[in-house]
Amino acid sequence: MTEGNREHAPHIISYGKLASVWLALLFLTWLTVWVARHNVGIGHVWGSLSIAVVKAGLVIAFFMHMKYEGRLLRWLLFFALSVLAIFIGLTFFDVLYR
Amino acid sequence: MNVPPHRDYAGAKLGMWIFLFTELLLFGGLFLLYAVNLARYPQEFTAAGGEMHLVLGTLNTAILITGSFFAAMAVTAIQRDERRRTVWLLGGAVLSAAVFLFNKYLEWSAEIGHGIYPDSPRLVAGPPGESVFFSLYYLTVGLHGLHVLIGGTFLTVVAVRVRRGSIHAGNYVLLENGALYWHLVDLVWIFIFPLYYLIL
Amino acid sequence: MKTSDQPTTNASGFWNDTGKTGITAWIFSTDHKRIGFLYFYSVFTFFLIAVVLGVLLRIELMAPGRTIMGPQTYNAVFTVHGVLMIFLFIIPGFPGAFGNLVMPLQIGARDVAFPRLNLFSWWLYMAGAGIIIASLFTGGGPPDTGWTFYVPFAERTTTNVSLAVFGVFTVGFSSILTGLNFVTTIHRLRAEGMTWGRLPLFVWSIYATAWIQVLATPILGITLALIIAERFLGTGLFDPARGGDPLMYQHLFWIYSHPAVYIMILPGMGIISEIIPVFARKPIFGYKMIAFSSLAIAGAGSLVWGHHMFTSGMSDTAILVFSFLTFVVAIPSAIKVFNWVSTLYRGSISLEVPMLFSLSFIFLFSIGGLSGLILGAAATDIHVHDTMFVVGHFHYVIFGGAVFALFGAMHYWLPKFYGRRYAEKPAVVAWALMFVGFNITYFTMMVLGMEGMPRRYYDYLPEFARLNLISTIGSWILVGGLALMLANLFRGLFRGEPIGKNPWGAATLEWTIPTPPPTENFEEEPVVTHGPYDFRGAGIP
Repeated sequence: MTEGNREHAPHIISYGKLASVWLALLFLTWLTVWVARHNVGIGHVWGSLSIAVVKAGLVIAFFMHMKYEGRLLRWLLFFALSVLAIFIGLTFFDVLYR
Repeated sequence: MNVPPHRDYAGAKLGMWIFLFTELLLFGGLFLLYAVNLARYPQEFTAAGGEMHLVLGTLNTAILITGSFFAAMAVTAIQRDERRRTVWLLGGAVLSAAVFLFNKYLEWSAEIGHGIYPDSPRLVAGPPGESVFFSLYYLTVGLHGLHVLIGGTFLTVVAVRVRRGSIHAGNYVLLENGALYWHLVDLVWIFIFPLYYLIL
Repeated sequence: MKTSDQPTTNASGFWNDTGKTGITAWIFSTDHKRIGFLYFYSVFTFFLIAVVLGVLLRIELMAPGRTIMGPQTYNAVFTVHGVLMIFLFIIPGFPGAFGNLVMPLQIGARDVAFPRLNLFSWWLYMAGAGIIIASLFTGGGPPDTGWTFYVPFAERTTTNVSLAVFGVFTVGFSSILTGLNFVTTIHRLRAEGMTWGRLPLFVWSIYATAWIQVLATPILGITLALIIAERFLGTGLFDPARGGDPLMYQHLFWIYSHPAVYIMILPGMGIISEIIPVFARKPIFGYKMIAFSSLAIAGAGSLVWGHHMFTSGMSDTAILVFSFLTFVVAIPSAIKVFNWVSTLYRGSISLEVPMLFSLSFIFLFSIGGLSGLILGAAATDIHVHDTMFVVGHFHYVIFGGAVFALFGAMHYWLPKFYGRRYAEKPAVVAWALMFVGFNITYFTMMVLGMEGMPRRYYDYLPEFARLNLISTIGSWILVGGLALMLANLFRGLFRGEPIGKNPWGAATLEWTIPTPPPTENFEEEPVVTHGPYDFRGAGIP
């Protein structure tokens, strides 16, 4: 067996750190609404999505402990997201060029 | 079933993450449809987006983020063997689920009242892009709401087990996995929010 | 063959060493071996039902005009034949049956990572199967859309599409959970010394398959849910009049269903990689490349779904991209074929039945694969799309490929689990009948397709009559061989000559434990010191 059954000496994230992440997420939410209301139109979709990606990154890294997990889990997440991106991307070869 | 179950914390977590990947792909299909249709109907999506309830949507975003915060804190709490706090935090997360769903009910009641629902006369008569936007909205947000319900239930079960003592600092992978599931629900909404509410 | 004074059932190993027998001890068991048999017998039941439907289809097609059924029935029969074969037999069957039975043994594990989840997967499968069967006899009757449920017809037909589709959704969820279980098992439960570089190639194939199950099946899930939403809620996402795009259904459907065919074939290829070294008494040629090619097929195979849509109205750019990528996925498959043949070269070949199935796999899969290139090249596909050529192609790869591999696995591994073996000569005759019957049945279809006979049509032009008749006669030879094979195999398993631990002289772990395997698999966790095809290292002459 590669790793034993030790329950862990896993990383414990302090309440303070979690609270900072929470506040950051609320701030980013406010920010993304502000950006949307001041940039009417479709061009800012990428901007909103970028902020969403940052928020997601914070949730995954800290709330979901990914920052303290091993390489395998991180690589697998990247892999799963890439697969989704490829599905969407290849479909666009059809939709964009009809 | 006469063999003591073997305990593999890392394995249980790996299994849960793989399950989360499947959920990502499930919602991914709906996001794929959104992306394609946004490319086909940019103006109509913008117009439809303007009809969404920005205040309720933003509020719900904050509620889910807070619920996630509580769930993450619950993991810290159980690791520190602070069982009462753990139960309260989980309760807070479940409460956030309930409030979210209640807000959704309000929002949907209002929208349905305004004739916005799949196959409604207003949408059938209106521009096709708008109909597509709202069909995707109801399907995506509906599927998400179902997951909020499932996540809330999962966390309730976990909270009960913490109270009973079958989940504790020496064996809390079920709580951690429940929290992971809850965070997924939060993550999906983090993308639903800009795509449906901030296309203005 | 021994006489009937032999015991009729096996009374040792996991069959009764816990003292738990009887139906509840089976359907509530979390032992991967029992679950493996639950899957095996349930999927095989649906296989046989679907075979009967196939025989009926061929009888209908044996002459122009109506032979034994009307057009609506015909549409329902080919739909149900496809749904049963694909969703209730092949996709759940390989991982569920032999994946469960053999994979944990091959990695030296006590069971899978999540045994209760494993049982739940089987229950979900049975629930889904029940729902699908119910859909045949309720509401508007069995679906008539083809197993692909294309819109707009799937939205408008009054047959029982929603229920059938919900059944498939349930079976899909079962598949996802099995995939999740197997990935975790292979990562976490390998015995000491069982490095990734010593994994049997069957395990590599199950691993690659499990990833496809995990990542592709959810897309099927959402697609099927969309069909139900379209029918019940009128969401209009695939309806041009409502701003929708029917091609998006095809994209979503095939994003799953093309990788699904690799769920169907990869375990079969893994089986061949197990059998050939043993019956050629030679380590497999190019172990690393075969392992890598399993992953490559899974990966590249997820990028090619648009080749089902060349004539659909998709953009020319997409046609180009998907056609090119389809050629890429042929490469790892070819690598496997070359490596198997290279393994045979200068080997000490023993033409026993598992080897016969493996050799015929290589031949039949190659024909199927090459016909796939004709389909994958967009220009030639225009001519053969939706013709009987396609039907010939996929039966060559799935039936001649995957299912023949399954038959090989049944002869190779089931004796280990039952402790008895089949008689060799009838098995060889059965194989020969199936091989001949198969080629007659399906090669004629490829010719018919080239000549222009469409698929899924109830009737055809008189000039196609002769080959259709020949194809049908081929199907009778095929089914005759199948019946002989099954009768001989199961007679042998229950009443045949007892076998020892390692009748074939293989070097993988499942042959080191008693026959039949005890519930706990290994008395103590094995320590692995040699590769899976290292006969000398395993101490096997």
